[in-house]
Amino acid sequence: MSKLPPALEQLPSVWKRRHLLDLESLSAEEITAILDTAQAFKDATNDCRDKLSVLSGKTSVNLFIENSTRTRTSFALAARRLGADNIEFSASSSSLSKGETLIDTAKTIEAMQIDTLVCRHSAPGAAQMLAKNLDCCVINAGDGPHEHPTQGLLDMLTIRQHRGNIAGLTVALVGDIAHSRTARSNIWGLKKLGAHVIVCGPSTLVSRQWEALGVEVAHNLDDILPRCDVLNLLRIQFERQYTRPFPSIREYALLYAMNRQRMERAKEDILIMAPGPINRGVEVTPDVADGSHSVILHQVTNGLAVRMAALWLVNNVTA
Amino acid sequence: MSSILIKNGHVIDASQAVDQIGNVRIEDDKIVSVSASDEPADTVIDATGKIVSPGLVDLHAQLREPGWEEDETVQSGTAAAVAGGFTTIACTPDTDPPIDTPAAVQFVQQRARRADNCNVVVIACASKGRAGEELSEIGALVEAGAVAFGDISNPISNPELLRRALEYTQMFDKPVFNRPEMIQLSRDGVMHDGLTSLILGLAPIPAEAEDVMAARDIRLCEATGGRLHLTSISCSGTVEMLRRAKLRDVKVTAGICPQNFSLTDETLRSFDSNCKVNPPLRSADHIEACVEGLKDGTIDVISSGHAPRASEKKMRELTHAPFGVISLETLLGVVGTYLVSPGKLTWAEILPKLTINPANILGINKGTLAAGADADVTIIDPDLQWKVDPSQMQSNSSNTLFTGQTLQGKAAHVIVGGRVKF
Repeated sequence: MSKLPPALEQLPSVWKRRHLLDLESLSAEEITAILDTAQAFKDATNDCRDKLSVLSGKTSVNLFIENSTRTRTSFALAARRLGADNIEFSASSSSLSKGETLIDTAKTIEAMQIDTLVCRHSAPGAAQMLAKNLDCCVINAGDGPHEHPTQGLLDMLTIRQHRGNIAGLTVALVGDIAHSRTARSNIWGLKKLGAHVIVCGPSTLVSRQWEALGVEVAHNLDDILPRCDVLNLLRIQFERQYTRPFPSIREYALLYAMNRQRMERAKEDILIMAPGPINRGVEVTPDVADGSHSVILHQVTNGLAVRMAALWLVNNVTA
Repeated sequence: MSSILIKNGHVIDASQAVDQIGNVRIEDDKIVSVSASDEPADTVIDATGKIVSPGLVDLHAQLREPGWEEDETVQSGTAAAVAGGFTTIACTPDTDPPIDTPAAVQFVQQRARRADNCNVVVIACASKGRAGEELSEIGALVEAGAVAFGDISNPISNPELLRRALEYTQMFDKPVFNRPEMIQLSRDGVMHDGLTSLILGLAPIPAEAEDVMAARDIRLCEATGGRLHLTSISCSGTVEMLRRAKLRDVKVTAGICPQNFSLTDETLRSFDSNCKVNPPLRSADHIEACVEGLKDGTIDVISSGHAPRASEKKMRELTHAPFGVISLETLLGVVGTYLVSPGKLTWAEILPKLTINPANILGINKGTLAAGADADVTIIDPDLQWKVDPSQMQSNSSNTLFTGQTLQGKAAHVIVGGRVKF
């Protein structure tokens, strides 16, 4: 199959961007346009199995300066499903390890006449910096703890598929909010589409300042659990923390792991999500991760659909 | 004998409590008088509508030579100083090798003489190699001409070293310079800890990293009786502690850099690495407290904190770029735009912080238009609006926070040692 599906014959009129850098700066209409586009691609391709040719002749490069397997693979497959060429560029084997700056490396890649640069980097603002300095489309695949817009979008697409709507739902993000780009993209996206967002975790990792954005801050999972429609269980990160913000993994699991006992206190139709990689036994026990409420693998498939939508949208805007 | 007459200017000289329209007469390299007399001179400068001030004194500017000449040299840095209105600058020892030997002090002095732009005095390291472990040879460095001691961009972490430095420098009546920062609280931080850092996911530098250390520093200053200058402060907590310490006559003084009373942490939203500076751009409440501290005299000095960094170093991700901004050439404009224009402080309140106060801290005979003083004069046009264009600047580096911005206030003429330099 290579024809454009009918729902995608023309670009949603609200979409005018050549980059996807964050969800903070997008309007609710723009977010909905990406989600609708992703859904249309998913429906038209037998759940992202079939290949289209809507981006044939285009080239997308994955510039990943930080380890990643799932996001990198997802972007690569999304580009190929749309008929684009996809090239991998990894930091360890590149000029970056020889001291070249990110901008110079990216400009070199751009000079090879590519269309889209998908960037993963440990520094917040790296994708913004590239968008400012390059002429090609830039998609942020995660910039440090700042944002990971396609992750936020795929989480929202998953919720929308299971609940029909996002407005009015209560969604809790549980875990290391301080260092999570997934949390930030979820907060912006979910708030814009009308959800009530709770951030929950140890007080060392969940700042009270989130309240200034209209987000509920909680430190006791059991207190908020009965009100939640969705739990998004974030991975606890151990990198770059000089004094560990909680005493032990055992204590973290005691206070925050989603397990069978906690499931009994949850709403009957609660959705269990996790951006992964999941640490079984830390933020979620295996029976819950693999249980009937878990949509963790749906999220992964939706990741493909969202990235197809993002690549297609940014590549079809004429500057 | 050559003479200069500066006519009809608004003369502001806090050292003599002068704040009036008048004439300043210079003969050779000395000030002769501030008076109404307009006896003819070889050179006459009409300063109508302008402020005539003692030459500005900067308490801490990085000149980067030796070792980091790609950022700045003594030649380019002093040219920037003159263009910004400064006639004397105290240069910092964060060079490679650091200025911790008499030879290194003399090297910079010799370079400054050769550049022949403005007066340069040298701040030498408080510790050998700026390593924060052993005292540098302070006595020998004083003999070579060092006027103050500090490890500057390396805050003194070891409290025993700071105590020793405050005790030892008393023998020479020299101040210890320190920037209060508790690194265990700032770690890899790149910006002020607040809602903006939370949103941007940038590692935070909490205000406590400064004020907790300032509390320690002030207490050690009081206990030893030494002279301590906190080079660049930025937090309400620090201002409040300083205010109380001064009531107890503790010999502590403090400076602030222009960006810490002008721009908020929201500026970091651009992710522009030129916004990365330490102390970081703080939130509006801290800025307000600092302006209050400037107004009531708690903050004694405005200093440039000039920190040039070559563009290849700043052209990086914010997280990986070095701290620092250049500010010698924009300082008067930032003061005019952010303090004078909005009516927060007057030039008469500000100029002592750029002249007699820093001169007194350094113990040098500058910052005054008293008869017989060195003929260092800065004539300021307080109304001139100008657009910041790094390509027109004297500094080797272009890492300014104010590119493209229109500022109000600029040096119109700068006289160093009786010679018109600008």
